[in-house]
Amino acid sequence: MLLEIEDIHVHYGKIAALKGITASVDQGEIVTLIGANGAGKTTTLKTISGLRSLTSGAIRFDGGDISSMAGHKRVLVGIGQAPEGRGIFPGMTVEENLLMGAYARKDDPSKELAEAYELFPRLAERKSQAGGTMSGGEQQMLAIGRALMAKPKVLLLDEPSMGLAPMLVQQIFTIIQEINRRGTTVLLVEQNAQQALQIAHRAYVLETGRVVKTAPAGDLLDDPEVRAAYLGGDLGDGEASAKGGKGSSGSEAAPRATRPDAPSSDDAG
Amino acid sequence: MNLSKKANANSAASGLSLDRARDAWADAPGWARWSVYLLLVIGALLLPNQTIGSFMAPSSTDWASMLSDQIAIYVLLALGLNVVVGMAGLLDLGYVAFYAVGGYTIAIFASKHGWSFWETLVLAIVFSALAGVILGAPTLRLRGDYLAIVTLGFGEIVRVTAQNSSYVNGPRGIQGIPHPPTLSEFEIMGVQPLKYGLLDSRPYYYLLLFFIILTIIFVKRLDRSRVGRAWAAIREDEDAAELMGVPTFKFKLAAFAIGAAIGGSGGVVFAGKQTSINPDNFTFLVSALILAGVVLGGSGNIPGVMLGAFVVAWLPERFRFMQDYRMLIFGAALVLMMIFRPEGLWPSRRRKAELAEGTGGMGSMGAEVAGPGQAAAAGEVGK
Repeated sequence: MLLEIEDIHVHYGKIAALKGITASVDQGEIVTLIGANGAGKTTTLKTISGLRSLTSGAIRFDGGDISSMAGHKRVLVGIGQAPEGRGIFPGMTVEENLLMGAYARKDDPSKELAEAYELFPRLAERKSQAGGTMSGGEQQMLAIGRALMAKPKVLLLDEPSMGLAPMLVQQIFTIIQEINRRGTTVLLVEQNAQQALQIAHRAYVLETGRVVKTAPAGDLLDDPEVRAAYLGGDLGDGEASAKGGKGSSGSEAAPRATRPDAPSSDDAG
Repeated sequence: MNLSKKANANSAASGLSLDRARDAWADAPGWARWSVYLLLVIGALLLPNQTIGSFMAPSSTDWASMLSDQIAIYVLLALGLNVVVGMAGLLDLGYVAFYAVGGYTIAIFASKHGWSFWETLVLAIVFSALAGVILGAPTLRLRGDYLAIVTLGFGEIVRVTAQNSSYVNGPRGIQGIPHPPTLSEFEIMGVQPLKYGLLDSRPYYYLLLFFIILTIIFVKRLDRSRVGRAWAAIREDEDAAELMGVPTFKFKLAAFAIGAAIGGSGGVVFAGKQTSINPDNFTFLVSALILAGVVLGGSGNIPGVMLGAFVVAWLPERFRFMQDYRMLIFGAALVLMMIFRPEGLWPSRRRKAELAEGTGGMGSMGAEVAGPGQAAAAGEVGK
């Protein structure tokens, strides 16, 4: 296992955010954590990357215990994160943002820079634009590209689809698959469960700080409970969409523009 | 809505003209820049001239002593505070504490233990940097407004301690602090710039000018180094900076220590010129005014910060003839500034981009409270 978290508990003051989460990510996988608001997905990621400290439990990465390692040192062992809300440095240009991603590295980052521009041609067009003036989708690309600059072994993505138009969500998810194919392990936190389950190999379902279910992603797409809770339930074409999604997982992401994306409570309103 | 749009258009228009000057400056060849720097230094050297003084300080106040006692000290302190607030994005409301540590260090060691001015200067810089670390180590885990409150408290603690400690004579303060020793008696254009006496303020102004120039060079070099990049990242998004592998705590502590050291050196010159200090020299008002200078001038931009500190130090003195109304007018001027040029008189380009985003530096001050813009956006999503 590349990354293992074992029974971690995390508190915000006296409030327990994580009440014993155990999960693991193997080399080369895409693993997703899904769950509603407040389930502890983001906290789990922040704990892995060192922004939050553990109350108890252990995090092991690449064979070593990193439970009490400072956040900035975890970058060096190979954990890269695109944080929630993207965390772009608004006053820096696109290129400066990307180079910040390689801050901890001592060697020349030009190869990774070229790779980031190749992966996101959009960023290459906007090299000298200030990060804060870019659109949400571009910022998300920048956040992912920046995290890759440190050559991470595992890439933690915190809701890459948040606030993006369906077309862009599609594009971002295709790129995540591409990143994975090139050898980076991905741990993906998503509210957009439909999309996340379609590209992931395995998934954990989180509820109020606990793992309530874990299974291969394809199985969860069919799981009636999960569908009821996170995939909008059986609303007419929901079933068809779920099956279609399952078929396409693993292969090239099929164009899904004709289908409603991620039926969620928003659609009902 | 209308009003804010107007203000935006306004600032955009005036920003454009600045941008053109900035581009010209960025493209200027090295010799052109150096000659501008040289001219600025010569201008600064000629500043105490009476002809300039007759406009700058028309009422009986002595222009040269206004320059050394108020303006140059404020500029130096603002440059120091700018490292903390402008570069690392940490809101410090108790900056006067480091100024006081510098002042009291020379007062104690020079008047009680007979150390020389230059020895105490080194000691004071070390002590105030240490004070910065002592304050920073426990408090830099806090962010934004919480940090501001703690630093505010620290500033008061230092002053109240001095007030209540009989070792430093409590509220009466310490008298008989020696002037810096005279380095040379040589005279140029009627000034003996290295002879520190009681009557002539100009040598002190030149001493401060020397400190200011040193500070500018030091801070500018830092800003362009890895340290400067780390500070910029911390200021713009601290969590993201940590995720990039920036040891944020270490760099925040360094910003505190460096800013404190600069403030301490200002305190030494102040005490050496005045020959006596007491706790009333180090009230919260000093912290507030220097912070006002930094923000007013354009937090993070060195020329802007100097301009801001100059305005804050000079305006109330210039309009002294209006007696008590001058503070009212000064306050009104600050309010107008913040309405029409919220990013400061002379902001850096980057700072403008940060402010436009609404994060970074003191933008959100660590508290994630939805502003009117965000609330509107959320409303649209809700529909």
